Amino acid sequence: MANAHVQPAETFSPIFGRLTLDWIPYHEPILVATFAGVALGGLAVLILMTYFKLWGPLWRDWVVSVDHKKIGIMYMVLGFVMLVRGFADALMMRAQQAMAAGGSEGWLPPHHYDQVFTAHGVIMIFFVAMPFVTGVMNYVMPMQIGARDVAFPFLNNFSFWMTVSGALLVNISLFVGEFARVGWLAFPPLSGSSYSTGPGMDYYLWALQIAGIGTTLSGINLIATVLKMRAPGMKLMEMPIFTWTALITNVLIVVAFPVLTATLALLTLDRYADFHFFTNDFGGNAMMYINLIWIWGHPEVYILIIPCFGIFSEIVSTFSGKPIFGYKTMVWATACIMVLSFVVWLHHFFTMGSGASVNTFFGITTMIISIPTGVKIFNWLFTMYKGRVRLEVPMLWTIGFLVTFTIGGMTGVLLAVPPVDFQLHNTLFLIAHFHNVIIGGVVFAVYAAVSYWWPKAFGFKMSDKWGKRSFWFWLTGFYFAFMPLYALGLMGVTRRMNSYPDAGWQPYFIVAGFGALLILMGILCTFMNFYVSIRDRNENRVGNDPWDARTLEWATQSPPAPYNFPFDLQVSGREAFWTMKQQGFTWPKDNFKPIHMPKGTATGVLISALSLAFGFAMVWYIWWLAIITFVGMIGLGIAHTFNYKRDYYIPVDEVAATEAKGAAV
Amino acid sequence: MSADTHNSHDSHSGGHGTMGQLMVGFALAALLTLIPFYLVMAEVEMSRQTLVAIIMGLGAVQIIVHLVFFLHLNTKSEGGSTFMAAILAVIILVIVLAGSLWVMHNMNENMMPMHDMEQQLEQMRSLQSQQG
Repeated sequence: MANAHVQPAETFSPIFGRLTLDWIPYHEPILVATFAGVALGGLAVLILMTYFKLWGPLWRDWVVSVDHKKIGIMYMVLGFVMLVRGFADALMMRAQQAMAAGGSEGWLPPHHYDQVFTAHGVIMIFFVAMPFVTGVMNYVMPMQIGARDVAFPFLNNFSFWMTVSGALLVNISLFVGEFARVGWLAFPPLSGSSYSTGPGMDYYLWALQIAGIGTTLSGINLIATVLKMRAPGMKLMEMPIFTWTALITNVLIVVAFPVLTATLALLTLDRYADFHFFTNDFGGNAMMYINLIWIWGHPEVYILIIPCFGIFSEIVSTFSGKPIFGYKTMVWATACIMVLSFVVWLHHFFTMGSGASVNTFFGITTMIISIPTGVKIFNWLFTMYKGRVRLEVPMLWTIGFLVTFTIGGMTGVLLAVPPVDFQLHNTLFLIAHFHNVIIGGVVFAVYAAVSYWWPKAFGFKMSDKWGKRSFWFWLTGFYFAFMPLYALGLMGVTRRMNSYPDAGWQPYFIVAGFGALLILMGILCTFMNFYVSIRDRNENRVGNDPWDARTLEWATQSPPAPYNFPFDLQVSGREAFWTMKQQGFTWPKDNFKPIHMPKGTATGVLISALSLAFGFAMVWYIWWLAIITFVGMIGLGIAHTFNYKRDYYIPVDEVAATEAKGAAV
Repeated sequence: MSADTHNSHDSHSGGHGTMGQLMVGFALAALLTLIPFYLVMAEVEMSRQTLVAIIMGLGAVQIIVHLVFFLHLNTKSEGGSTFMAAILAVIILVIVLAGSLWVMHNMNENMMPMHDMEQQLEQMRSLQSQQG
């Protein structure tokens, strides 16, 4: 099976750069089958879209839309699509490791396997988890603060499409050329030009840079939104917890992502312009890359988890029928985590040569982070304590999270002890730990958020039955898939192994593979849930506030009108909507005023399309295309500044008509 | 641009500087650029380390001049949030720079450089041969 991989010869032509037909992997049956599947599926979608004449609506209502709600939903769609891709990689790895014991080579040759584990990590972090949390923040946060849209609506649309461009570039690497074979953070010297020849590593760099622009801009946008667009009367210390976590997350994004951009830019210079920042010769230092990338990398994991803490806070409070316990400690704990997340990065490389003083410092700071996190866990428990807890699907995910995340947190504190880390560094124990916190934290939170805010977004509830099935498959699947990895890690099994000699490990890997299949069932149940819920939508219609919730997004219609709120709100105190309900608030039925709204624009999607072509051109050294597309991007950006038709007023009649429809519920 | 209807447009108080401020900023920026150029071009007698330190220091002052005179950073603009953001940026910058220097320096001390290692290997070999 495992033929030695032959790298196509390095050639260069002025027109196609280094792209030759040899780079199309038509000799790899797995990829050909995948391509056939994707092509047939894509063709089916094209035909159906054309048949039902959906191209126009797709373009007008979604692609060029600057509505934060639609962009939020598109982020979620991107996240779920890429989850399928990333999870396919996970299944391939689990299958490989379940087979490749005691001399067997399994079914994936190293050249392919290395791409699979790199793609899995990159996709799951950058193109699944990030779109998910950005999507939820985009959808929910502006409504929670009583705003009509984000501060910079065009920028929001542009950020989304840049993220899509990055995701597409990663997926193109599947069928044109190859992906990086270096692990998700691409440490040099392995990722340098001497050891990573070919386009794989360049796909990695340009995909992350393009998506990173989107992430950073979206961070700036959402900070400005929270600080500037709150309904009059909403003080900072009266914002919903989710809005607080969104603010802090975006501060982290704005502060941390430039470090990633700079680090990857230095590596790009190393690879393209023969610089020597991270080489062993000419004064470079590969350790500097590891140091820099983790200065971004550690805040990044908090960027993923902090909004999830916010999601759980909203859900716990709603389904316990109580205000969140310890609001102020919740805010301060989040703020502490924000700052502390910047002083722990070295715990990712305790074993790489630092002295006792440095390791001790970073070990202790790491352990300190568990204190504010523990505060949050207790706050959630105390919110539930003596509350009338309703075990709806979002609440199931929350309780699953509380248990699972606590276990993951404790193994994290174990790893924070430098001498222990010397035993466990780069073993499957680490893999089990971070999947424990990312699946138990981020994935569970996203599933909880989807089932919690779905009725708001679409006006009907999701199927309870399929939601519960999905939850139980994910929960049990997680434990089956990752508890064996903890055990293996303690036995010293390292990560990213293509095959291993000790057949005694195989049973553990088979159990882990079984767990992955359970998670597959969980994912299938999710898609089934989407299908069943949409099919039976007329039976499951709900009003504006199906969960008896406490924050402002539930004061809008379900689904919300484009302008969210028909009137400006005057807010006082925390839990604005709960107070409104207590006072018997209803929206006035007349005296509407025209509402000022931002207008959609195609500039965002056009620049992003050019950036995709630019990324592709840079990967393959097609310099003429790179120059044209780069100039095009700048030109379009400048041209957009002359577009003065950026807003419009929704006339009173239309507002009245929309409100009359909503008032019936 | 913004969809916000309840946003008053008086939040720019203290936003734009006067011509005088801009000229002061320009003069300072020019001066801070000329000094390092002079030191290098005229090959002023000083140790290389002092020279690098002076250039880096003046660069840091240059950043502050730009922030204050051109980007109008002060404690009052935007209700103080600009200043808060600047402080946060400085904190993170200090953490990243000081942390990286500390970490990398510490690693260098702990990692045995190549020529040292060869010397030590030599010593060990000679010790072994003496002990026979």
